[in-house]
Amino acid sequence: MSSSEVIEKIKEALGDIIESIEEGKGVVHVFVPVDKIVEAARKLKELGFDHIKDVTAIDYPKENVIKIIYHASSYGNVELSKYIVGLGYSIPRDTERVPSLYSVWTTADFQEREVYEAFGIVFEGHPDLRPLLLSPPVAELKPLRKDFVVKEETIFRK
Amino acid sequence: MSGFVSTRGQVGFNDLKIPGAWSRKIGKDLYEVFIGPQHPGSGHMRIIIRIDGDVIVEADPDMGYVHRTMEKLGEGREWIKGIPLYERMAIHDACNVTLPYVRAVEQLLGIEAPLRAKYLRVLLCEINRIAAYLYGFGIFGVFVGHSTMYMWPFGDREVWIELADWLTGARLTHSYPVFGGVRRDVPADFTNQLRKAIRYMRKRLEEYRKIYVDNPVIRARLEDVGVIPKNLAIELGITGPNLRASGVLYDVRYNDPYEVYDELDFEIPVFQEGDALARVWQRVEEIKQSLRILEQVADWLDKHPREPILHDRFWKTAPPLHKKIFETEGRAKLVPLYALLKVPKGKAYARAETARGEITYYVESDGGQKPYRVRIVSASARNAIVFKYILPGHRVMDLPTIYGSIDYFPPEADR
Repeated sequence: MSSSEVIEKIKEALGDIIESIEEGKGVVHVFVPVDKIVEAARKLKELGFDHIKDVTAIDYPKENVIKIIYHASSYGNVELSKYIVGLGYSIPRDTERVPSLYSVWTTADFQEREVYEAFGIVFEGHPDLRPLLLSPPVAELKPLRKDFVVKEETIFRK
Repeated sequence: MSGFVSTRGQVGFNDLKIPGAWSRKIGKDLYEVFIGPQHPGSGHMRIIIRIDGDVIVEADPDMGYVHRTMEKLGEGREWIKGIPLYERMAIHDACNVTLPYVRAVEQLLGIEAPLRAKYLRVLLCEINRIAAYLYGFGIFGVFVGHSTMYMWPFGDREVWIELADWLTGARLTHSYPVFGGVRRDVPADFTNQLRKAIRYMRKRLEEYRKIYVDNPVIRARLEDVGVIPKNLAIELGITGPNLRASGVLYDVRYNDPYEVYDELDFEIPVFQEGDALARVWQRVEEIKQSLRILEQVADWLDKHPREPILHDRFWKTAPPLHKKIFETEGRAKLVPLYALLKVPKGKAYARAETARGEITYYVESDGGQKPYRVRIVSASARNAIVFKYILPGHRVMDLPTIYGSIDYFPPEADR
């Protein structure tokens, strides 16, 4: 199976809820509207994408957008395991609540907690949404957003 | 009244304090026990368990004690500085851990390492893998109270660390793979010493089996403990030897071969039982396969003449002095181009099989001198979920067994 065949399969399964498809190196990103994400994830899982490798959020302050991407792949299907599909959506930066995909992929349990603590986005329907790595006061700063700037000390005078 | 001080009201009548752990009563016959983060059995993490009698009813892995904000720090550093930063996750597994980052950036740059550099990367990856497994065996030995199994693997690990030191110049944190190649070629006589180490390790694995894996006392503690069924392993998305010990054939080296793994002859062991014993056997078998790979790499290196170990795009910018050093000593010094390297706009995703499982990097560039976003999910970060879903139902005495058999490594998980 080639990567274009995988994209065709996904197009067929998800139909017209796909907003856009972006190809990167070694990954395909499929963007859907945020309110259709659970439905799209279920369909992707039925195709054989049985687990997610990570949940990634990327902040674009200039466009006032945060993208949340679930990178899914397969353990059960050797053909599909060669490919990684990122199922994602874009939301305005001031969005507070988005649906959780815990009900589809149990792996999202810890990963969504990480996005929650680093970006301050609440996943509705997550059974146990608490900061995972950070302490609550640090998590309130939403440290992985671009407007949180790390001041580093240097040994050189500037 | 003389000398008696009641602890009532201070820590509570039913509270228990033992070094490294403390507990409190939270309901009828229900206690909450905090294990770690200083307990020798849990490393830099804490597991909060709720027990009924001595049966765990709920477990909450509390991670983050060694969180070093690598994703955020990576955004503020030049591309090349990411390599020594990210390898701090697992210092004894440095080549495996940084390789996908290097490969992701290479994909964005549109370059590929020379063939010899690819073989050298595989060489160090497998040396790292064996050393990391031995480290895991040693820690596991401590957990189940088998002090010989602590001493032996830690001693034998030194063989592999010495080899890595000889090859790269550092025992740990080698920073060996760089964009477009590697930093050093093998020293003269390296392959012969490597073959000696392979022969030694094969002999030792047999001795490990006799004293440890087939030891009735150890088997009694490991067998049928911490069973992860195949479907649950897939559902939880766990990775590495833990996944393969549950009967799932998935290894990045096999499913999505990188470097020269598709040209080498090796097998992926798979066990069906999914218990702690199977996870130990899994690692023993994988060391045997790594030794097989190393033998083939040694043969290849012997047969092929030395050639540049850096991609031309970088190598042609090297000053004459650097080229002279490479010719005489086999070291490729970092060319100045790396410091000001701009990576074309785009996104890349790369993965590699580390000793503890799959590590994934999502790298996004906006065309600048620093990454726009690097998302790292290491193997231990994905395996941590096991504690929450597998521990309930087990006795407290099984906790160190399960923890050790997962080969969980907190610095790698916390990133």
